[in-house]
Amino acid sequence: MPQRVEIVKRIMDSNDRLAQNNQALLDQHQIYGINLMASPGAGKTSFILETIKRLPANIKLGVIEGDTAPVTIDADKIVAAGMPAVQINTGGDCHLDANMIEMALAELPLEELELIIVENVGNLICPASFQLGTHANVLIASVPEGDDKPYKYPNIYRGLDVLIINKIDLTPYIDFRMDYFTQGVEMLNPGLKTFPVSAKTGEGFDAWIYWLTEKVKAK
Amino acid sequence: MHELAITESILSIAEQSALENQGKKVTDIYLVIGQLSSIVDDSVQFYWDHISQGTVCEGATLHFDRRPAVLRCNTCHHQYPLGEILQPCPNCQSVDIYIEEGEELLVHHIDILKEET
Repeated sequence: MPQRVEIVKRIMDSNDRLAQNNQALLDQHQIYGINLMASPGAGKTSFILETIKRLPANIKLGVIEGDTAPVTIDADKIVAAGMPAVQINTGGDCHLDANMIEMALAELPLEELELIIVENVGNLICPASFQLGTHANVLIASVPEGDDKPYKYPNIYRGLDVLIINKIDLTPYIDFRMDYFTQGVEMLNPGLKTFPVSAKTGEGFDAWIYWLTEKVKAK
Repeated sequence: MHELAITESILSIAEQSALENQGKKVTDIYLVIGQLSSIVDDSVQFYWDHISQGTVCEGATLHFDRRPAVLRCNTCHHQYPLGEILQPCPNCQSVDIYIEEGEELLVHHIDILKEET
């Protein structure tokens, strides 16, 4: 006769434990960590580049780039902007996990850094399930993607600490109902900190940079 | 595609639990999966059939206890299902709601055959 064994264990437990270790390592070095998620083409890399350009010069930033394909296009852009970057090639995998971040952190000069931005794989489903150990989960939603995304991908909006609405310079040309969009966000994540920006024109970046600088200073 | 990582995690939890309980073979694994956890059962099953081979879990049946998402209104306390698309409270139209159930992602229990003594 088979015997029943009660377990009741969260399937993501082992990832989450590794994530806690990552966070302890960041804390030890007084580094503020950001997990930046978005769909492909939302403007993650442009957003990071614009952030690098506008950050106070005394804040040293490192970037972990996640990509499904063995290309270093995004990492090359970051290095060209003068910041250390590590490229993780997930080998077709659709998300980053805490184990990959642990390995990437070992390659960054942590003692020199105050801020690390992890650019997750472009995807609105899988990255939502995997905590990385960063201090803030940030999603970039871009206006051309449409105003129904919170309704279609509720899971990713649930776990967010900050929402960036990018490409707001395109709003006049697109049927994007901001009210409908923010209503969906409000139902899933009430009071979510939100920054409407344009990485192209720089609009809205002052507020984001101020928020980010305060977080880095507080570490 | 993240179902591979999820399935590996299920395998490792079941293997460890079998080991701790002197299980010779795992016959059944009972999962609790909320509607909001974005898991495709068929995909988990597909990976399971491959990665459980040669382990104490080979041939074990996966049972998916699917929990629908349940929302509750903070204004009028009306409870309603998520349905196909997220909607404000159907009773009072409030958007001040919260998710009561539907985010579970658990290995609940397993059935094992013990070592002969």
